[in-house]
Amino acid sequence: MPTLEHPEYPEATLLHLESIMPCRESQMSTLLSIFGERQQYSFPSIFIYGHTSSGKTYVLQTLLKTLKLPHVFVNCVECSTSRLLLEKILSQLQSLSSKTKHASHTSCDTLNQFVYLFKQETMAEELQNETIYIVLDKAEQLREMEANVLPAFLRLQELADRNVTVILVTEIVWELFRPSTGCFEPLTLYFPDYSIGHLQKILSHDHPPEYSADFYAAYINILLGVFYTVCRDLKELRHLAALNFSKYCEPVVKGEANERDTRRLWKNIESHLKKAMQTVYLRELSSSQWERLQQDEGEPGQVKGLSAHTHVELPYYSKFLLIAAYLASYNPSRTDKRFFLKTSNHLLGPKPFPLDRLLAILYSIVDKRVVPTGNIFSQISSLVTLQLLTLVGHDDQLDGPRYKCTVSLDFIRAIARI
Amino acid sequence: MRVKSILLSAREGSDWTVPGVGWEGFRFFAPPPSGVRTRPLGGRGREWTVPLREGGGALRDEKKLPPSPNAHALAPPPFPSFPYGLRALAGGSRYCVHVRREGWANMSTCSVSKGCFVFKPKSKKRRIASTADYFNDSKNDSEDSGLRFATCESLWKQIKSETEQIQEELNKQLYDNIIRFLRRSHSEFQEKKTEWTCRMKSSEIPTAALVLGVNVTDHDLTFKRLSEVLQDNVTPYVVSLQAKECPGIRHLLQKLMGQLMDCYVEDDQSEEEDYVTVSKKRIRCSLDSLTDWYECVTKKTDSETPSKKRTSSSRWESPPIVVIFKDMESFTTKVLQDFIVISSQHIHELPLVLIFGIATSPMIIHRLLPHSVSSLLCIELFQCLSCKEHLATVIDKLSVVEHFYSQPLSVLCCQLPKAKKRVNSFSHEQCERIRSLPSFRRYVESQVSEKQIALLTEDNFVKEVTQILLEDLHIYHENYFPVLKCLHIFTSSLPKYPLGKQIRELHCACLEKRVWETEEYESALQLVRMLCKADLVAMLQKCVKIFMSFPGKEFGNTVEKLKEFLAQFQNLEAEASKVQDEPMSSQKELQKKTDLYHLQKTLLQLKDSRSKKLTKFEMLRFEVVDFIDSLVRNYLAPAEMQTLHEVVYFSAASTLCEHLNAAPRTALHTALNKPYFYLKNQALKSDAGCFSNKAPDICIAYKLHLECGRLINLVDWLEAFSTVVTAVKGTDADSVASDEVDEIIHARFIRAVSELQLLGFIKPSKRKTDHVARLTWGGC
Repeated sequence: MPTLEHPEYPEATLLHLESIMPCRESQMSTLLSIFGERQQYSFPSIFIYGHTSSGKTYVLQTLLKTLKLPHVFVNCVECSTSRLLLEKILSQLQSLSSKTKHASHTSCDTLNQFVYLFKQETMAEELQNETIYIVLDKAEQLREMEANVLPAFLRLQELADRNVTVILVTEIVWELFRPSTGCFEPLTLYFPDYSIGHLQKILSHDHPPEYSADFYAAYINILLGVFYTVCRDLKELRHLAALNFSKYCEPVVKGEANERDTRRLWKNIESHLKKAMQTVYLRELSSSQWERLQQDEGEPGQVKGLSAHTHVELPYYSKFLLIAAYLASYNPSRTDKRFFLKTSNHLLGPKPFPLDRLLAILYSIVDKRVVPTGNIFSQISSLVTLQLLTLVGHDDQLDGPRYKCTVSLDFIRAIARI
Repeated sequence: MRVKSILLSAREGSDWTVPGVGWEGFRFFAPPPSGVRTRPLGGRGREWTVPLREGGGALRDEKKLPPSPNAHALAPPPFPSFPYGLRALAGGSRYCVHVRREGWANMSTCSVSKGCFVFKPKSKKRRIASTADYFNDSKNDSEDSGLRFATCESLWKQIKSETEQIQEELNKQLYDNIIRFLRRSHSEFQEKKTEWTCRMKSSEIPTAALVLGVNVTDHDLTFKRLSEVLQDNVTPYVVSLQAKECPGIRHLLQKLMGQLMDCYVEDDQSEEEDYVTVSKKRIRCSLDSLTDWYECVTKKTDSETPSKKRTSSSRWESPPIVVIFKDMESFTTKVLQDFIVISSQHIHELPLVLIFGIATSPMIIHRLLPHSVSSLLCIELFQCLSCKEHLATVIDKLSVVEHFYSQPLSVLCCQLPKAKKRVNSFSHEQCERIRSLPSFRRYVESQVSEKQIALLTEDNFVKEVTQILLEDLHIYHENYFPVLKCLHIFTSSLPKYPLGKQIRELHCACLEKRVWETEEYESALQLVRMLCKADLVAMLQKCVKIFMSFPGKEFGNTVEKLKEFLAQFQNLEAEASKVQDEPMSSQKELQKKTDLYHLQKTLLQLKDSRSKKLTKFEMLRFEVVDFIDSLVRNYLAPAEMQTLHEVVYFSAASTLCEHLNAAPRTALHTALNKPYFYLKNQALKSDAGCFSNKAPDICIAYKLHLECGRLINLVDWLEAFSTVVTAVKGTDADSVASDEVDEIIHARFIRAVSELQLLGFIKPSKRKTDHVARLTWGGC
């Protein structure tokens, strides 16, 4: 007996949906009941939100595809302007309505034009009696477009006078969207985070064909035990699971343990997973490097991570300049006299300082006499282009420029050591 | 009387029409630049006016003045080209107008005098004096300047080609690594799809983080070469992006697509016709269209591959698209993030590979990208080798020119046989020159008296001796380097690096003075005496290798000696096992005796015996150190002690420093404080302290301002200026009895002040009216 019920669709389809989207039954049934029957008008706009990888896009996409509902799916990140967005929707609509792919490119600059063109496109017979769904993924981008885009999409049904539902998918709440001038309130639907049980269920769902489901589930259990505290991102967990699975199987492949020997397998994998947490998960090592290490049986210590390469080579005076800048940023100027006494100013963040002060500190920390040559000034500006210093305030060259030092204490320590 | 000034601007290339309303009727008191449409005022000959235009009436009073048509003001001209200073008179008020041409970027000049700045149009390309002219024009052209130049040039060429070769070799490894990375990541891309692990793994974009370092000379060249190499070996689709071209994601995509489409057209001449149309069309800049394009291109080439006989080894079925971010640090976070997120969604259809050019440290990736974005990347690190030696050679190259220019005898600085020939053809004068070299004099003094006389009087004898000496010099030079390297091996691994980490530091130390007399050398030797055997043996072996690689016969004995040492060390090893028994036995004795007195006694004895008796190894170690020391004393004598070193070695490093380290502020100060230094006008030759009214206005204003404090009163300044300027006339001083300062002087003052402002010495101040603030420290 399926938990999903709908008069429109056969039980088998619903059961299939349930099996490929575990732990999202309630959201699915809500959506299905909002959608109603194919020809019925649905709610004009639906707002779906929830954390990263809580299955929003996946559920929607699978639902629309499996039930063969006419839909347009656009990821707003790719559309930097409203024009790109509108044209993309229209071109997808074209391929919906006509089976032959005619590549006539319609240009659409304004929303007014869009509504007109939208009406024309949906004149086609097969689109007439069904609800069309327009899904806008990463909808937070809409806020950066013209002010009329979001409100117009929310009541597109009314504007175009067509059976259409716009679905916004995003990671942030509706309150951050609502324009100050007010607009049509969409129906909001929250996708909660997966619990550890959910994650376990979903991750063990697709096990490799050559191993039993139980074996894989045990592996996932260990994996979650290590990673759940730091990472709840399903995508990332899947990735990590795939990366480390071969290591887990190793004793089984070698014949040292059988699939039921969980304890031995756990011993084998646990330290390995912890290492993975320190390296691959933080992207200190790339996945391919990690895999190669696994194959070569090498120690991860052999390949240095990204952070290990903190050593930065700088020209002679640049080093001193940077150190001086750091001192100027974190010490209040009145303590300059007191021999650059370090206080716990680090929590307050870098503060801007004028060029003169930088140079004064430079003169005092370099042993030799420093001539303020063009060399030094050009090194200051190259430090700015390297983003080690930032120029604060307006860019008037004549007014004494103010800078801020943006590097960390560790970085400065490393520089000072050389 | 108040001086009003108004800013006008004119764009480069446009007419010098004075824009805005209400300028008509202005009178100029200096000839306006040719572009300004003015007509001379009848009679007076020194004034011009802007003709009236239809509809625009002459300006009557200052209330009607347009709020200064500020627009964009213009950048200062490089010192010391002076702008036109014009003064205009309209209605009853006086205005000081500076007209300058718009140049440089859109920097705003908030001039004290809101003048209209007209720059003189740039003079047509000036012929850049070549180095050859420099040599020929110089005063001492009698002294083989041509020959010297030729020698210098050939040497320079040699050095240049060598450095380029070094760089190429250094980078080659880097390029090879990157290509290997591309191949690997790409093959993964093609293999994907089926396997379970691949299905499960999130699709990451392969990314190479290329750390070049700040000290590496030319990033641009490296990237250019890299993209060439990639285009030859891996894929035709290489795009390099710069941060300044991509302020937004749209620009980035535009740039990306533009370069891709172009490179395609370039790559396949035959298919040009098909694709030109595509690329010409206004493509929507999105990755969708890029994906379509890519599909289209790869399909096309696939179908045509057999007919074109393309070698499959160099081109793969679906070549990756390589995107190089030249200066990763300068890209804004948003652009990078967006691009990565978008492209990760298309990675299945579009095999993108990113290359991040990083100048500082790879940590920047984590700083720029949040985890959610960096988790989309599969980053591998590539580090460019540091090119310190390369840098050193470049500096050598620079010193070559100076050397040839200043040292007439540098004709001898070439290959030995050539040099000998040249010596033979020396004239009497040149022989005299040799005689006057300090090192040669020292040599002469050390000879017996008869020989001294011969050296001082007979040219031929001098020539002979010179040849011999030159030969010695070359031998010295040849022998110098292997010993230097050898010493470097010993010192470079010592704790605290008493003689420096890099070989160049050691080199400097040796060239400066007798290295064996320095404290550092002493302490280094002390440390060497404490090295363990394994290290010592390894070092000796390295030294043997170095000496073997040098062709000279000189070191035959040295090599043998070193080998002998090595053999002895090996013998020691055999003996070592026997020696070990000894302390064992004494320890056993220790254990036997339990009472305190005896224990102390034996301990003391042991201590004594240890300090007195050196093991064989220690003896041997001392011998080795002494040997190295003797080598150093023989071969690493500073170059200055060699006779005729002036010919080959360059010592005037300070001149070089001057050339390399520009000091703009000092130069400006000199120019303004002592105009004679640059202008060479006899009238300006005076003591630094006093004011000459013949000096350029700006110099007078500058000197006056040096005497002021942080804030300068403009009126006082003007008065002082006027006093200095009118001082010459002496008798005329009475005629200007009235308070009124002469208009011309006033205009000159305003010009000088705004020039000082453009040079960054003063700026307008809001603290006090009619005051400007000084921006530099220091008084007169």
